[in-house]
Amino acid sequence: MSLLDKHKVIERRSFLLLGLTIVVILIGGLVEIVPLFRSETVIEPVEGVRPYTPLELAGQNIYIRENCVVCHSQQIRPLRDEVVRYGHYSLAAESMYDHPFLWGSKRTGPDLARVGGKYSDEWHVGHLIEPRDLVPESIMPSYGFLMKKGARLHDLDKHLKTLRLIGVPYTDEMIENAVKDATVQAVGEERGDIDGLVARYGERVNARDFDGQPDLVSEMDALIAYLQVLGTFVDFKAAKNVEEGAQ
Amino acid sequence: MTTTSISQEPNYNFDIVKLFTIATLFWGIVGFLVGIVIALQLAFPDLNIEPYLNFGRLRPVHTSAVIFAFGGNALFATSYYIVQRTCGVRLWSDKLASFTFWGYQLFIVMAALGYVLGVNQSKEYAEPEWFVDIWLTIVWVAYLLVFMMTVSKRKEPHLYVANWFFIAFIITVAVLHLGNNISIPVDLFGAKSYSAFSGVQSAMIQWWYGHNAVGFFLTAGFLGMMYYFVPKQANRPIYSYRLSIVHFWSLIFIYIWAGPHHLHYTALPEWAQILGMTFSIMLWMPSWGGMINGVMTLSGAWHKLREDPILQFMIIALAFYGMATFEGPLMAIRSVNALSHYTDWTIGHVHAGALGWNGFITFGALYYMVPKLWGRKAMYSTKLISVHLWVATIGIVFYITAMWVSGIMQGLMWRAYDDMGFLEYSFVESVMAMKPFYLIRAAGGILFFAGALIMIYNVWRTIRGDVNEKEQNSKTQGVVA
Repeated sequence: MSLLDKHKVIERRSFLLLGLTIVVILIGGLVEIVPLFRSETVIEPVEGVRPYTPLELAGQNIYIRENCVVCHSQQIRPLRDEVVRYGHYSLAAESMYDHPFLWGSKRTGPDLARVGGKYSDEWHVGHLIEPRDLVPESIMPSYGFLMKKGARLHDLDKHLKTLRLIGVPYTDEMIENAVKDATVQAVGEERGDIDGLVARYGERVNARDFDGQPDLVSEMDALIAYLQVLGTFVDFKAAKNVEEGAQ
Repeated sequence: MTTTSISQEPNYNFDIVKLFTIATLFWGIVGFLVGIVIALQLAFPDLNIEPYLNFGRLRPVHTSAVIFAFGGNALFATSYYIVQRTCGVRLWSDKLASFTFWGYQLFIVMAALGYVLGVNQSKEYAEPEWFVDIWLTIVWVAYLLVFMMTVSKRKEPHLYVANWFFIAFIITVAVLHLGNNISIPVDLFGAKSYSAFSGVQSAMIQWWYGHNAVGFFLTAGFLGMMYYFVPKQANRPIYSYRLSIVHFWSLIFIYIWAGPHHLHYTALPEWAQILGMTFSIMLWMPSWGGMINGVMTLSGAWHKLREDPILQFMIIALAFYGMATFEGPLMAIRSVNALSHYTDWTIGHVHAGALGWNGFITFGALYYMVPKLWGRKAMYSTKLISVHLWVATIGIVFYITAMWVSGIMQGLMWRAYDDMGFLEYSFVESVMAMKPFYLIRAAGGILFFAGALIMIYNVWRTIRGDVNEKEQNSKTQGVVA
């Protein structure tokens, strides 16, 4: 055990111990993390995935602020029961514009990766105001205050610009029109001109008065716009390799 | 030469250790109390008060308060105590040491206020926003400086093993904190920032951080405590010096790889998941190496375990450490994780470690240090230490058994099929089934909290200098008889 005897050299030099510790702890992290940045091997490109609209992004920021992620995952595993319960398993590309990822680690409530389009806007409004009105056994907190609070829209262009810096492909046009697009999306076709929004974010973008309060673009509008788009980017019905039993 | 340095005790800076000790107890009470509140919110949703006191905002208050405030202050207190004692010198720079105290408390207050007010980046155990992260970095660099400078002017040529663990804990937490919190603020005068990483990369980096917050904050640092206080309280040298060396290097090398076990069956590439699982299983060995080194330190002194509740705290802590570090590798196996992930089993596992290992080794260390810091012969009441021990142990048993049952039940209900091949239970049926266990868990938490209150009373009487005449008398009578 002469090797262990040589350890005295390290024990007598505290800065050597510090340096060696840094080397030893860096190895594992580097091996696991660095290859992930060769993203072509990690994220298969999938048709339909797009950056969030400004209103959806504002909604995601409310989701982040309220820490919904501690009870709701957004990551469906390729296990039979999960695919039956929640839909097609999650693809890497589907969260490629989430800064940070919101996969979660606990399901005190159900997974939300594909909640978009499953329930009506009215259901979401009622459920967020008082979850137990719609699901009597629910233990979710109430979020009625979102109805009264105006969504923070005025600096959404700055948010888009920041995200572009770290790789989200927002165009100049998207950034210029961020505030307008957010308002228009929460007002809808009847009262606003959604052509620009559709041109920028695609045909399938949801533009309507989500919360039923036509005079206010509330945080409820933004959050529901976000929830309604979750998991809807990829058209799995059109894709060939849909799992058996997927919804 | 050596005899003079032993006979003359240097003028240690114990004032700073006292401050951190009191802060540990204060934040412990806050953290345990918020834990009880959020446990009850899960059983009685009407206890949520929107928006500020909703579960989502309070949960990081609980986790940060117990990990970073209670655990962090305990690490500061004990590391500053141990480094002075084992190096035979006064802590380097009183001013900077004092800055680490006030700076760290400010970090805790800013973080907690942020969560309640809605400033939070939704990264588990790394919730504070960018400006709080920068502040913590400054405080942490000061901590590293104080610690390393103290170590480098030591009288003892050989650096005691507890200090290796503290060094690894401080530097690795710095690396993890910086790596995981790279983000760009939207506005230099605003709280909101966006993480530089997204999706898969963000997930991997977050759990590289998250798992090693457990590995280095809650394990390496607390092993530093163990390596000093267990031999001291047992009055025996550490069981094996060689095991310490093997334990130290293998633990810090292997731990760092284990993060991906939080991401089994996700969109993370499978090779990373397999690496995470493999290293998690390997981690069992160094973990138990540490436990064995601690427990076996008592060899030849087992009788002390019978009458010394402080030693009992430490040894039960090691038992929980051994249990949690066996359970962890088990849960990191993909097929087990398929059932346990997303359920309360994880919560139970964390609390076996947090309440049993971190809580108990901290209580043991504080019961050892308090009389010495305030110049008292012993704690005011040994009996109350014993009461604390048993109340808290029963609390932990309630807690973790409730979470085992609820977690496995959840996992089984989610994957149950009826005769027709349809899912048998709706999600909300699994929520309803949890209620009794959430109540038992809350009861366990209340017991643990009650134990901490008993400790506060005992510490307060000790600091005041009160002497418990009843216990003193019975002790002398015992000797006479």
